[in-house]
Amino acid sequence: MEILVCVKRVPDTSENEIELNGAGNDIDRDDLVYSVNEWDNYAVEEALQIVDKVGGSVTVISVGDDESEEVLRREMAMGADKGILLSDDAFENVDGRGIATILKAAVEKGNYDLIFTGAQADDGAAQVGGMLAAMLDVPFASLVNTIEVNGDKLKIGREIEGGNQEMYEISLPCVLSIQTGINEPRYVGIRGIRKVASVEIPTLGAADLGLDAAAVGASAARVQRTDYFLPEMGDGAEILEGSTEEIIDKLVELLKAKGGLK
Amino acid sequence: MAQVFAYILHKDGVVDDTALELAAAAKKIDAGATPNAIVVGAGDALDGVCNDMAASYGEVWKVANDALTYPDAEIVRKLLANILPADSIVLFAHEHLGMDLAPGLSVKLDAAFVPDVVDIEGADGSTLKLVRQEFGGAVSAHVTCDASQGAVMTIRPGVFAADESKSAGGQVVDKSADAGDFAATRKFLEIVEAEAGDVDITKSEVLVSCGRGIEDEENLEIAFDLAKAMGADVSCSRPIVDAKWLPKARQVGTSGQTVKPKVYLACGISGSFQHMGGIKGNPFIVAINKNAKAPIFQVADVGIVTDMLDFLPELTEKIEEL
Ligand SMILES: Cc1cc2nc3c(=O)[nH]c(=O)nc-3n(C[C@H](O)[C@H](O)[C@H](O)COP(=O)(O)OP(=O)(O)OC[C@H]3O[C@@H](n4cnc5c(N)ncnc54)[C@H](O)[C@@H]3O)c2cc1C
Ligand SMILES: Nc1ncnc2c1ncn2[C@@H]1O[C@H](COP(=O)(O)O)[C@@H](O)[C@H]1O
Repeated sequence: MEILVCVKRVPDTSENEIELNGAGNDIDRDDLVYSVNEWDNYAVEEALQIVDKVGGSVTVISVGDDESEEVLRREMAMGADKGILLSDDAFENVDGRGIATILKAAVEKGNYDLIFTGAQADDGAAQVGGMLAAMLDVPFASLVNTIEVNGDKLKIGREIEGGNQEMYEISLPCVLSIQTGINEPRYVGIRGIRKVASVEIPTLGAADLGLDAAAVGASAARVQRTDYFLPEMGDGAEILEGSTEEIIDKLVELLKAKGGLK
Repeated sequence: MAQVFAYILHKDGVVDDTALELAAAAKKIDAGATPNAIVVGAGDALDGVCNDMAASYGEVWKVANDALTYPDAEIVRKLLANILPADSIVLFAHEHLGMDLAPGLSVKLDAAFVPDVVDIEGADGSTLKLVRQEFGGAVSAHVTCDASQGAVMTIRPGVFAADESKSAGGQVVDKSADAGDFAATRKFLEIVEAEAGDVDITKSEVLVSCGRGIEDEENLEIAFDLAKAMGADVSCSRPIVDAKWLPKARQVGTSGQTVKPKVYLACGISGSFQHMGGIKGNPFIVAINKNAKAPIFQVADVGIVTDMLDFLPELTEKIEEL
């Protein structure tokens, strides 16, 4: 089984508090710590487990700048066999459809049975996987949380509301977006990273992919973010202040009043 | 402005709450126009759903076929691509079916796609001005969408107040014959129901709920100690279940349980909409979080900016003394 896993480099929200910059129109990008999108780790782990069972290889791929190479290397340290970086000045500020178009061109240069994306990334879009499948004209399922390989078919589970699960049989090739919790992604130590530090990661640009830069680039993006802002919210919480003891006293009174203590 | 369509979710003849929220969203795109609805399904209850929707939408496009008894996104996407006019604006609820169906539909229609829209500021010609959230709600973003070749959008459930006016006086139009074939590219097998857990948090009156801020499995003890002192149960956010620290039956949220407590203590939980979507009945929400800017403070009644790992044991001690 040849599996391609799409991975994205994103600001790590557990390492940084995402805040607006001084001008209030963008996030503060100074000192941001980046890592691989949380969902993509689960996708890579799932691919590795499938290949362990049925054989094959795992390739990780990312659309991004040079720094996305770090993310590919981390996933290779997990065990992915190959990494491919798709990078070109023309790819800056593309929309989700642009990302899917670039990935499609790369997919067509390979021979993959199965393609994984994460269910969603930092901007919560949950769009690239479904778009990629539609562009490739192969079946798609989102929010996948179990996979069982049966020959050239997969039995998969999709997470729906209330902890319930929708089961489908889906044929290969297909695109699946992977939900967190499907497995327990393996730990990557510093030694693992060192082992793949000098493995070459090919970089492909628009020309290599046979893409017309004007057709995929920012100018072709029909969806554009104009700025970031903080909305005026309703009343917001009453923040309890004072010493810990004072705060606890106030909180206990409130809990008593609201039926929070039995 | 192009015609707006809303995809209606329904089950066993009952229309989902989002159906009238999408009607409200459609009116924010074009206040003067009457949006249309699309109702897809099978069986006797379908006509009731269509008639219901005719009160709120101009035309209700019905597609009936036994293959649609269970709405498989792969089948529905194909039929929508067949029946929708070029350049339409199509709205879905941002939930699991919309996430499965809508991005691919935008490709098939060659329309723009905007996911998880939380507000619509209006239209300027064929450019839509929309609001989204990023980074789990930490910041919002203005987004423009060129809808000149149509647009597909998913709308976050619960953010638009339902349009209850029911004054559309619409009509049902049967489009089943135009839908093409209903061949499946994946085969629906069954629904596997969630396993029941050791406690039923949907019945709990008081919940001590832990999020990623608990940091370590061993630290869960401080939440259980507090819950014991308060007479509460322990629930959690999704990452705690993903890490297998607590069973799925204790997860609050859209893909977990819907709870209706009197008091909800959110400890180390950022307040994502998928988590908050599982909290109903307007409980008294106390947020304990070390980040003063965490989105949870926008929706909680009372907030405490502190390290929960220090705070919870002190609170437990105080309550035990009472
Ligand atoms: C389709 C789908 C369905 C989903 N369904 C659900 C669902 O049903 N339920 C659910 O919960 N999520 C769900 N999610 C995930 C959701 O989007 C969020 O990722 C999740 O809710 C975040 O959980 P959290 O708040 O615990 O973690 P985080 O967002 O990481 O927040 C942790 C918080 O803890 C604070 N913190 C850290 N350390 C401390 C400390 N020592 N003391 C105090 N505060 C601290 C941080 O400031 C932060 O605000 C779903 C996602 C998708 C895509
Ligand atoms: N720049 C990118 N490079 C590679 N894969 C991506 C990129 N952006 C998104 N993806 C994939 O699409 C998934 C969903 O992201 P999104 O649709 O942006 O929410 C991610 O988890 C990745 O698997």
